Formats: sequence, structure tokens, C-alpha cells
Amino acid sequence: MSKITSLADLKKKRDELKTGYGIGNNSDGPENTVKVKVALATCGIASGAKTVMEFFSEQLERRNIAAVVTQTGCMGYCYAEPTIEVKLQGQDPVVFGFVDLKRADQIIEKYIKTGELVDGIIPVNYQTIDLNA
Amino acid sequence: MSKYSMHLLVCGGTSCHSSESDAIVCNLRDELEAKGLIESVQVILTGCFGFCEKGPIVKVMPDNTIYVQVKPEDAQTIVEEHVIKGRKVTRLLHKNPVNSEPISDPGQMGFYKKQLRIVLRNCGFINPENIDEYIARDGYQALGKVLTEMTPEDVIKEVKDSGQRGRGGAGFSTGIKWELARKNKSDEKYVVCNADEGDPGAFMDRSVLEGDPHSVLEAMAICGYSIGATNGLIYIRAEYPLAIERLKIALTQAREYGLLGNNILSTGFNFEIKLRYGAGAFVCGEETALIHSMEGLRGEPTVKPPFPAESGYRNKPTNVNNVETFAAIPAIILKGANWFSSIGTEKSKGTKVFALAGKINNVGLIEVPMGTTLREVIFEIGGGIREGKKFKGIQTGGPSGGCLSEKHLDTPIDFDNLIAAGSIMGSGAMIVLDQDDCMVSMAKFFLDFTVEESCGKCAPCRIGNKRLHELLGQICEGKGTLEDLDRLKNMSVVIKDTALCGLGQTSPNPVLSMLDNYYDEYVAHVTDKKCPAGQCRSLMEYIINPENCVGCTACARVCPVNAISGERKEVHLIDPSICIKCGACMEKCKFDAIYIN
Repeated sequence: MSKITSLADLKKKRDELKTGYGIGNNSDGPENTVKVKVALATCGIASGAKTVMEFFSEQLERRNIAAVVTQTGCMGYCYAEPTIEVKLQGQDPVVFGFVDLKRADQIIEKYIKTGELVDGIIPVNYQTIDLNA
Repeated sequence: MSKYSMHLLVCGGTSCHSSESDAIVCNLRDELEAKGLIESVQVILTGCFGFCEKGPIVKVMPDNTIYVQVKPEDAQTIVEEHVIKGRKVTRLLHKNPVNSEPISDPGQMGFYKKQLRIVLRNCGFINPENIDEYIARDGYQALGKVLTEMTPEDVIKEVKDSGQRGRGGAGFSTGIKWELARKNKSDEKYVVCNADEGDPGAFMDRSVLEGDPHSVLEAMAICGYSIGATNGLIYIRAEYPLAIERLKIALTQAREYGLLGNNILSTGFNFEIKLRYGAGAFVCGEETALIHSMEGLRGEPTVKPPFPAESGYRNKPTNVNNVETFAAIPAIILKGANWFSSIGTEKSKGTKVFALAGKINNVGLIEVPMGTTLREVIFEIGGGIREGKKFKGIQTGGPSGGCLSEKHLDTPIDFDNLIAAGSIMGSGAMIVLDQDDCMVSMAKFFLDFTVEESCGKCAPCRIGNKRLHELLGQICEGKGTLEDLDRLKNMSVVIKDTALCGLGQTSPNPVLSMLDNYYDEYVAHVTDKKCPAGQCRSLMEYIINPENCVGCTACARVCPVNAISGERKEVHLIDPSICIKCGACMEKCKFDAIYIN
């Protein structure tokens, strides 16, 4: 990593990252990349989120689906752990709760492959802020 | 790519579930089937929308229309009107509370989202182990702005004007705290982050550190610049290994980018942060005890003054803030004091993160503007009480807080209102209690914790809390008297007035508030020797109802102390002098013949 030596540098870096691949969170990646985020805070891990994350990484590759699987922190839905967020190209991200391996498989087969929703969706019930606005 | 052109999302949250969401799903599917649309429109059950007041909710995608208070018989109308003809069903739309106009534009439905995430803006959104994701979300921009465009005085003024008050519990103005630390001249000053989250039921600091560690690091550097410190310390309990690991990764990455270290962003400002581990003592959340613990001394509080701003870590001016307080700072700097102070109540600005636990459906982490009512938190965002039971109380502020009852449900939550109601904000733990919880046992439970965690330095806390605990134990066992209730109250007041630090001064709060709000329940324990919630074993009596008992002997066989006698096919009897109230007989009985008196 090279050092960021000025505020202008930092702004440039931010702008590059925002449009860049895989990082600028809800922007679309190249082609039909699917983005899967797994909530890996202590509570999520305790309810099996690591296994779920491994499952997604392995199975998406095995089933030839272009995807980026990353970890994130607590989404706040402790009652529904493990929780994941899936973002399909051009669509709003969808959060699924109570994701065991069976449901993970369903999510890949139904939601990711065909866009069909499966049980366990957690509607977004909060507003958030944009620091730049 | 989807074979479905439309989705109907039916809320399957516990609250809506009890109001027939299953039947709505069934009817919608039947209707679609009948109209030959089942192949192109999908009906699905979802989690809680957090709008239980108006449930059940049906949301139509992709046009985002939300229908409220839907009944199973409305399925036909929704399918015929909305799905087939593309017309919104006006009578099922939510009415604007102000002018009763139906709201058809989903953009205006935002108000039902009662949560506003400022502190949690990145939690569950970015990868906490990748600094680039933080930077892409405007991370470290606030530090850049502060270092290049603002004087330390400007920063302090901004934070002061924002009205932010410390989120660790005491609610002291963050800006004034920084100002005091700045005014004290010294060759060396320290910025300390208090990550010693110890309240049972509180986990917001852990979640922030695990989900967004850079926001805390950035804010500490901003604080360092403002007060004139070049060193920061994070005091974190060793029980949080994942938070520690992610902090270490964040520190390494920030140093590699030069966002910590010497000459940050070529401005000549130096700042470094180190970690200090705590052994998990509750009292070390108190800032003077925390500082002693970091110095390698016993984690005991000392009398203030001197305040840490005058003489703290290594006797140097030290500013201690909580994780949540720090995490909001970058947002305050970038969006401004006016923006922050426009959120919340007159004297409590911004948002507060709460950890919802106990007998509530949606256990979790939420962030709401100050001034949101307890009712909204419990019954809408929290989805109501588990198993449809009756709400009894809510303990706010952990073991230092108080228990608020039904009459407080419409109180807007802020620092001052909670104090006026007999509780405190504390760190934001909220433990919800239902009809099955006994308020004497609960007070005893919280005292268990304080007695265990008391450092023993001052007599009121060390001895007083122990006596309170004993008295409560006696009351639970049916050995209490009415005079004991007065003694409980008097002793609590004395402890509050005379204890050395915040731990002792607040430890009787559960007792006082529960005595206040549930006095009848305490009286029932001491005069009738009864526990209305059926929790205090000593006060229970298991009785066999002769009308239901068929003499099957199942209970007698399962009783571990042979307290049940009776011939086969004759009514059985429990000897209360032998019975240990384990409840095994009641569980075994197939004829509902055993009940608790």
C-alpha cells in the first residue's frame, strides 16, 4: 500500500474506489457479478455464519456463478442470525435472515439463478445517512 | 432473468403473523391461481417491517406500494385491482397522519422507518477488515477536513454546537469535555476510547468495533488534534477477541496509508493509537478506574476532582469518550453541527443505539433519533412481546438503570426524560420483561451483578449493596416484612448519596424504581407471601386438583423426593413440607390436574 499524503490524494482515492470494482458497495461490478455479504460479527459467527460464508464461496464457484463474497459487521438483526445480503446486478440489495445451509442453497438456486424470492427476507426498516450529501 | 414479473411480500413478523398473515398468503395464492397468474406473480412471507402498528403489511414489488392493515378477504381486491389492472387500492394505503390523505408514493413512506443509522452507518455494510471500503464511504474525509480547514477551536465549537452528549451513560457534553482537556496545558495529553462495555445486555460498542473500527480511529485522531494530544489508547476488554483482531487490522491499514503516524496527510499532525486490554471488570468502565487499570494499578475509582481532563493517564490531561460517542464524530464534522442538532430532542441531540434483549420478538441492535418513545421501540421496531404475552416493564441502562412500566411507554427517550422517570440512559441496553417476570427477583438479579462487580473500596457500595441483596433474598423466600420495604428504600437512598463512584451511586436504581412502579408486587411478597408472577419458588405451592386427578401415579413416580402419595386410581396428594417445587410432576401430568397456587 502506498501512503496517502494529502487530502486531495484521499479524495482521489475515494472517488476511484467508489466507482471501482467490488468495493464501492452498492455499485454494480462488471458483467453479471453477484455480491454476497455475510454478517460476521461475534453474534453471527456464533450462529454459524462462517460456515454459511464458506458455503457461498465454494458453491457459487462450483456452480459457475460470477460472484464476490465478502464479510461485513453486524446488520442489527440478532434474532435472525445468520444474516446475509445479496445484491443482483441492477437491483436493490435484499437481506435474508435465518440462513442455514439449506436456505443458502435455496438462495443460490432460486434467488441468484432465477430472481425468485425465498422465505426469510428482512425488509429494510431503517434510514441511513450519506456523509457526502 | 426472473420468471416472476411481480412479487407480493407479506409480513410474517411475529406480530403480523398473529394477525393472520398466513391466511393472507393463502388467499393471495388462491386468487392468483384462479386468475392464471401464479406463474408470473410470487407471494412470499418476509420478516418484520417494523410497522406493526399498521400490520399486517403487504408490499408489492417492483413498484414498492405498501398496503396496511390487510385482511385475508382483501386478497381478491389486491389481485384484481393492483396485479391485473395496475390500479392502487386506495382504501388499503396508509393514510398520512396529518391530513388523512392516502399515501401512494412509496418515497413518502419513509417515516415508517423509525430507525436512523448515523453511528451504525457502515455496520453491516462495509467489510471492516478493508480500509478501502471505509474510504469509499467517505472515511477519513472528516479527519482531512479538520486538519486542513479547521483550527482545534473550530472543531471543539462544532462538536459543542452539535449538542452531542457522551454515549457511555453519564451524558456529559462531548464538546465541553474536549474544551476542558484542551485548556489544560501539558507537554503530553492522551485520548482514550472507553471500549469496556460491561452492562449485561449491551453490545453496541462491540458491534461498532467489529463492524466499523475505522470510524473510531478517525474520531480519536480528530479528538487528538482538537485537544492537543498525539497519543490515543483504546481500553478494550479481553473478552472481545474479534473486536480486538479487527482493531489491530484497522490500525495496521491506517498506518500503512499514513492516516495514523507522523505527518498525517502532510499537515504536520502526528497521532498514534495503541490498545490496552481490560480483564472485564464492570467498574473499569468508570473513567478514573479505567485509567488506573491502564496504568497497571487496581481498577478502582478515585474521587473527582481532579477530573481526567486535568490529571488522567500518567497524571497528564486525558480525554475519555465512549466508542459510540466517537463513531458519530466524523458524521458531525462532515455534515455539520446544525444537521446533528436538528435530530433529537431539545437537550439530547442526535441518535442513540440500543441493544434490545429479553422477552422481545426482534432482539437486536437498533439506532433511533432521541425522542423516539419506548412504545415505538418495543412494539414497532422490536416487534412486540414474545409469544403475545403482556408487557410488564423495561430495564434501561443495565444494572445501573431503572425499570420502567407501562405508564412510561409513551415517554420520549432522552437523557433527561429517563432520569425523570427514575431510570437512566446508560449505555443503551434495554431488557424487556413480561408478565412472567417477578420484580423482586429481577431487582435481586441486578444486585447479584453489582455485588459481584463492586470493587470494595467504599463501604456504602461494598456493605450496603450486600445488605440490599440479602433483604431481597429474604423477601423472595417469604421471610420479608412491610418494614423491610422501608428499609430497602432507605438503604438505597443512603447508598446513592454516599457511594464513591458511579457504580455505587446507581446500583440501587433497579430496587428503587421497581419498588416505585411495582409496589403492590412487593407487598404481595411480604404480606400475602405470594409471588404474582409465579417465579419465587419458596412462595409457590403445587396442588393437585382432585376433580382432574385420575390416580395414574405418573406424578408420584417422577417426584424426586417422594412428596406425592396416593393409591392407584385414587386422588393423589402433595405434601408441601417435603415438596421442593421442582415442577416435574406438573410437566408429567397429562390431565392438567396439578396447578400452582
